Amino acid sequence: MTVVALHRIAQARSGDKGEGSNVGLIARSEAAYQFLKEHLTAEVVQKHFAAINHGGVERFVADNMRVLNFLLEDSLGGGGSASLITDAQGKTHGLALLRLRMDVPDQVLDATPDPATASV
Amino acid sequence: MTQGKEMIRVANGQGFWGDSILGAVRLTEEGPLDYLTLDYLAEVTMSIMQKLRSRDPQKGYATDFVALIDRILPRMVEKNIKVIANAGGVNPHACKDAVMEVLKKHGQTGIGVAVVEGDDLMGDLDSLMASGEEFKNMDTGERLAAVRDRVTSANAYLGAFPIAEALDQGAQIVITGRGTDPGLVLGPMIHEFGWKADDWDRLAAGTVAGHIVECGVQCTGGNYTDWQTIPNMAMLGYPIIEVHRDGSFVVTKHDGTGGRVDRATVTHQLAYEMGDPAHYITPDVIADFTSFTMTEEGPDRVRVAGVKGLPATHTYKVSMSYADGWKSVGQLTISGPDALAKAKLCADVVWARLAYDGFEYSEAEKLVEFVGAGVCHAGTLEAGAPEPAEVVLRLGVKGPDKGKIARFGSELVPLVTSGPPGVTGFAGGRPKATEIIGFWPALMDKSKVETRVSLFQS
Repeated sequence: MTVVALHRIAQARSGDKGEGSNVGLIARSEAAYQFLKEHLTAEVVQKHFAAINHGGVERFVADNMRVLNFLLEDSLGGGGSASLITDAQGKTHGLALLRLRMDVPDQVLDATPDPATASV
Repeated sequence: MTQGKEMIRVANGQGFWGDSILGAVRLTEEGPLDYLTLDYLAEVTMSIMQKLRSRDPQKGYATDFVALIDRILPRMVEKNIKVIANAGGVNPHACKDAVMEVLKKHGQTGIGVAVVEGDDLMGDLDSLMASGEEFKNMDTGERLAAVRDRVTSANAYLGAFPIAEALDQGAQIVITGRGTDPGLVLGPMIHEFGWKADDWDRLAAGTVAGHIVECGVQCTGGNYTDWQTIPNMAMLGYPIIEVHRDGSFVVTKHDGTGGRVDRATVTHQLAYEMGDPAHYITPDVIADFTSFTMTEEGPDRVRVAGVKGLPATHTYKVSMSYADGWKSVGQLTISGPDALAKAKLCADVVWARLAYDGFEYSEAEKLVEFVGAGVCHAGTLEAGAPEPAEVVLRLGVKGPDKGKIARFGSELVPLVTSGPPGVTGFAGGRPKATEIIGFWPALMDKSKVETRVSLFQS
């Protein structure tokens, strides 16, 4: 097991959904997807976003895309034009989730290409 | 009307209100294309357009679109590219009239311009409510009656079939008001391939395709996690769907453009603004985003096949906006040393001076942000970050009383001479109070909305 930031094994995109945001987490490999599907629960994500999201977290899965989709219920300071905060659309929430550090088995890391070695 | 083509190319060159004009221009120049779709409407836009039209009956549509037609018309004619845009806003006929003027200026006769209407419910709200539509807020369950007298726009999200009908009538330019974003892309597929209203799988396929391209280059390398790997970000290629009669399609982009189309870049966009992926609801179909396969069939080519759909619901989503109070936000930049401590003092000073003058704001009405010291990712950062060399102090207030919100703005800039040293960046001057536009999403019975398509010839 090695502690890594989620960025090592996943990508992400986020955006606004009413007064909340969605974070779509995209696994970098099938092994990473299976690991994340088992361990990255709504509760783990709720705790990670405790200072940003003031509502619940709901999780959906899409095996065909290797995507875990998290809905953060109240993460935009009111949403729409009522919000005063800088990231009123949750555009940066995906990258915030990729900062989460998890204990990941070495087999999963071995089976997942390291983005640090990718190039144009 | 079935035209007999086996494959058509549909692209999107405008992802949102305020997007660059270059997307549409480049799509008409960089390679083959049959249909160009353009999205000009954000939720807040409809309210602004209603206000513009109330001041001038010839306004209330996206004027950017008229300028675009002026620029791309020669290519449109030469390549027979059809253009579908929701640029009509709340005044699609005024938009059509302006487009007609451009066609006339270029000496182009015989071009069909269609208008799709029926989405604008502003004038019918009271009769609809009297007929039993409560327009309950989808998020809170509250009835519209609570804010009825403050409603500033009300539009149903129409589907793809009226667009297909406009193309069936021979339009080369289709101007709509509010509709779903994927509908702009699905419309030409229904027209070309003769898909029926209960061809759920094919309608779902066109909807998935529409979702992939609806934010332009967000599926070809824009806003992509591994940004370092994206070639030629300045000239990201705009996405093109090559769709076949059976609904299978390839996501691609024109040769020689920047960016990349692969499983990962396309999946990024599929995950954007996603709710329940198995139930993506539009007025045309419920698309299942967990049903299909994605295959990389060559450089910058991703094939999507096997999309499944479920029957559409009996309701339209209606988006309403209403006046919801006032807000004001301003900022100052504070340099080090001790940037963060000084910024905190500045915030306290502003609230204290306002309180001295009788203006106090509750915690829920106030915003204090120290940009540069962990605002976007609050609570997710590892401890031990170094002291920032400078921070941007953002302060804001909101509430129902315009005077109280406006008063806030005049205590920010004085900090330059009456606070700690190193306060600058007040170039924007005194922040003003601006109106908050609230959103009220609701559902209503489809049968009570009458869509109309009318065709005009230049």
